[in-house]
Amino acid sequence: MSAPVGATAPAGQVDRGAPVLRAEGLVKTYGRVVGLDGVDLEVHPGEVLAIIGDNGAGKSTLIKCLTGAVVPDRGQLYLDERPITFKRPQDARDAGIETVYQTLAVAPALDIASNIFLGREQRRKGVLGSVFRMLDTAGMRASAEEKVRALGIQTIQNMTQTVETLSGGQRQAVAVARAAAFGSKVVVLDEPTAALGVKESGQVLRTIQELRASGLPVILISHNMPHVFEVADRIHVQRLGRRAAVITPQTHSMTEAVAIMTGASPGR
Amino acid sequence: MTTTTAPSAPSSAAEEFEQRRRSPLQRLQLVLHRRPELSPAAVLLVAVIIFGLINERFWQPANLSLVLQQVAVVAALAVGQTLIILTAGIDLSVGAVMILATVVIGYLVSARGAPGWLALLVGIVVGTGAGLLNGFLVTRIRLPPFIVTLGTLNILTAIALLVSGGISVPGSELGGLLTFTGTSFPVGPFRVTTGVLVVLALYAVVGFALRQTAWGRHVYAVGDDAEASRLAGISVNRVLLSVYTIAGLIFGLTAWVLIGRAGSASPNAGVEANLDSITAVVIGGTSLFGGRGSLLGTLLGAITVGVFRNGLALAGVDVLYQTLVVGVLVIAAVAVDQWIRRVKA
Ligand SMILES: Nc1ncnc2c1ncn2[C@@H]1O[C@H](COP(=O)(O)OP(=O)(O)OP(=O)(O)O)[C@@H](O)[C@H]1O
Ligand SMILES: [Mg+2]
Repeated sequence: MSAPVGATAPAGQVDRGAPVLRAEGLVKTYGRVVGLDGVDLEVHPGEVLAIIGDNGAGKSTLIKCLTGAVVPDRGQLYLDERPITFKRPQDARDAGIETVYQTLAVAPALDIASNIFLGREQRRKGVLGSVFRMLDTAGMRASAEEKVRALGIQTIQNMTQTVETLSGGQRQAVAVARAAAFGSKVVVLDEPTAALGVKESGQVLRTIQELRASGLPVILISHNMPHVFEVADRIHVQRLGRRAAVITPQTHSMTEAVAIMTGASPGR
Repeated sequence: MTTTTAPSAPSSAAEEFEQRRRSPLQRLQLVLHRRPELSPAAVLLVAVIIFGLINERFWQPANLSLVLQQVAVVAALAVGQTLIILTAGIDLSVGAVMILATVVIGYLVSARGAPGWLALLVGIVVGTGAGLLNGFLVTRIRLPPFIVTLGTLNILTAIALLVSGGISVPGSELGGLLTFTGTSFPVGPFRVTTGVLVVLALYAVVGFALRQTAWGRHVYAVGDDAEASRLAGISVNRVLLSVYTIAGLIFGLTAWVLIGRAGSASPNAGVEANLDSITAVVIGGTSLFGGRGSLLGTLLGAITVGVFRNGLALAGVDVLYQTLVVGVLVIAAVAVDQWIRRVKA
């Protein structure tokens, strides 16, 4: 609009197109505790938006509002700039927003393919599927394998392996693959590297980059600054229930980010 | 140093590596983990061979047919019990539900002059209702299944005695349809009762639903990790309610098998069935922690119990020792399950 021709727009203000998901003035109180105090947020196509903040800053509450796990008291969500309301997690999922919870939400005794399709199994074609309700096990396995390969996940070989026999990183990969397979709008990851070693964290970060490369925006909550600065395009700094600033790895250092987080620096 | 590059398939090389790293015991653990019904199958096979060697009457078709008829009722109840245990629940009331359905059928026919088919239908509805009640208390009132079914065990047993007045209705009064499950026909050298066929059909239908439908997969998932299932979009309560209700239906249907087997509608037949059904499920390799097991294993478990009782009797072993051996089997089966569950990547 007002940017002079030829001027390099400062990072963070690059025109990224209309946001896929946008939140406006989200308020959520728990009795007298204010979890969210009027938070705005937007995620653009093909970007990784990190959310950082101190304990109790409202990060989890914020993404819960985005994924239907919590209904905000006030404020409005927009999906592709159209107002939308989520009453339960299934609503957000139906709208194309997939979440990888910190607890992973996998069924250990079921195999990888069953976990990826858990809650949305595919039935066979014809009477076998419609009358006898038979599952298309082979089809789901093949398509699970495709999803996992598409994310460049090498460590998972066999879709019939039960999840409990996988390492922590591989389980995380299964959960991320499930989200990626069905998330058509946004994938939300809550602390995906918190429990992982260096190598396994690296795998998850690569997967996040694969997701971005495929055009799917990712919201990443993390306390790990190096990870955030490695993959994030923009960083939403949450502080005391508000958005203190939105910064980028290019314009700010980790020290500066932490300063905004803790209130030592005002941000913006 | 030669630099020949051997053509290598990475996945098979990785598999080979896996194989070499594992001890035979670990490999066994892995195999059992994948197929929990293999351990009861092995126990059954060994038992059948040994009991036959001790007393060759054991192997006679007439005796083997008898074993099947003896285990039919417990095997049928164990179908419902398996569903419930797969969800990490337990049902202590299975026998009581069956007996209530049995005496209701007897009462309707003898005291009310109802036709057999109608009495049977009402009996099955009563069983289903009892299952629904268990399911309601577990999912809505959020009581532990152990407590709920301990309560309904007592309640339903009392009601069954009230309805029947403690008196059996003889088969002659019940009519052809209700005692139909007791009729037998030859299959080669064996004699199979219709009741056994009903039970096998039950296994086939429920086994199909467990293995081949989304419902079955959700039963396993809910027992495995209820919270993960909820977050994956599964309605946990609906799955649990369906499991308890379907189990109740199965227990009601088993009343028909029981009437055929006992030749009467008796409030006293099969009182030990509550715990026997759990025994069959556990020996069949289904985990009491939920999410793991199979109906095939339960069938093998039920037959194993019957084979041990029959084989030990033919070997001249006292009834008390038969019971003792079954107890040892149960503990061994749970110990094996614990070991299998510790399988690592
Ligand atoms: N269910 C709840 N009941 C009451 N208060 C809550 C509830 N959930 C969150 N809060 C409060 O809301 C505020 C924000 O919590 P939230 O969990 O969103 O923080 P967070 O940024 O995710 O923190 P952490 O880094 O520790 O996970 C905190 O003060 C918290 O105590
Ligand atoms: Mg949190």
